[in-house]
Amino acid sequence: MIEYATSIKYMLAGYAVILTVLALYILSLFNRWRNLKRDLQTLKEIQKKD
Amino acid sequence: MKPQPIVLKVLNVASVLLFLAALGMVFLYAPLEATMNYVQKIFYFHVANAWVGMLGFIAAAVAGVVYLIKHDQKWDIVELAAVEISLVFFIIAIVTGSIWARPSWGAYWTWEPRLTTAAILEMVYIAYLLLRQGLDDPDRRARFSAVYTLIGAISVPITFMSIRLFRTIHPVVIGTNSTASQGNFDMTSKMLATMFFALFTFSVIFVNLFWHRIRLGQLAQQVEQLKLEELQ
Repeated sequence: MIEYATSIKYMLAGYAVILTVLALYILSLFNRWRNLKRDLQTLKEIQKKD
Repeated sequence: MKPQPIVLKVLNVASVLLFLAALGMVFLYAPLEATMNYVQKIFYFHVANAWVGMLGFIAAAVAGVVYLIKHDQKWDIVELAAVEISLVFFIIAIVTGSIWARPSWGAYWTWEPRLTTAAILEMVYIAYLLLRQGLDDPDRRARFSAVYTLIGAISVPITFMSIRLFRTIHPVVIGTNSTASQGNFDMTSKMLATMFFALFTFSVIFVNLFWHRIRLGQLAQQVEQLKLEELQ
């Protein structure tokens, strides 16, 4: 049988990995979306000037 | 770019609520396993992540086939979205499995069939992303990617079946268990219910993120087209 303290430590590490990786990926999607929107806006402004 | 459709907004809320409910089931509903106790709770999300990871790699291969038939760039966007999201879910499955292995097997990593095939699967698709970046022509890149995902998908059933075909220490939770398995456990009905709920939850989260990633790909394509128009 695995000791309770050891078991809890690894369980918390596992869930920390799940939450961190998912949060980072969602953040990366959000950042890429924001940057592309900014690029699109700039390109449309350039087209209007032309 | 069109604003988020209502269905996608509903899916956003459903994903968050289901994720919280799945966490609740894991920690409040599923009983503590007798030998491994708390660390076994990694199992529910570990399996769910591996499931959606493999599902996405298969979805990418299907999108690849459709691209090869229709030669429509939108299927290349779908394929890339599926691969990217699956890589994220599958790396979570590998890392959480490794963390669970340390107290169960006494080592974070061992080159047994399941872990080895899973590592190869992840690397096959990391290589896909790297190789795509080396191709500038969109049609050539899409054609190459479609063929690559088709060949890459062969590693999905190999990874899935590895614990059933070879002698391994990785537990087979559903189906026949290998006598060599270490970390095996019998699931109660509450454990089974929690596992299936986690599988459902991560399938919904997968669809949600997949949709968002496709929209991102479409926006990137729109920006790319405008840039090309500017250059001409």
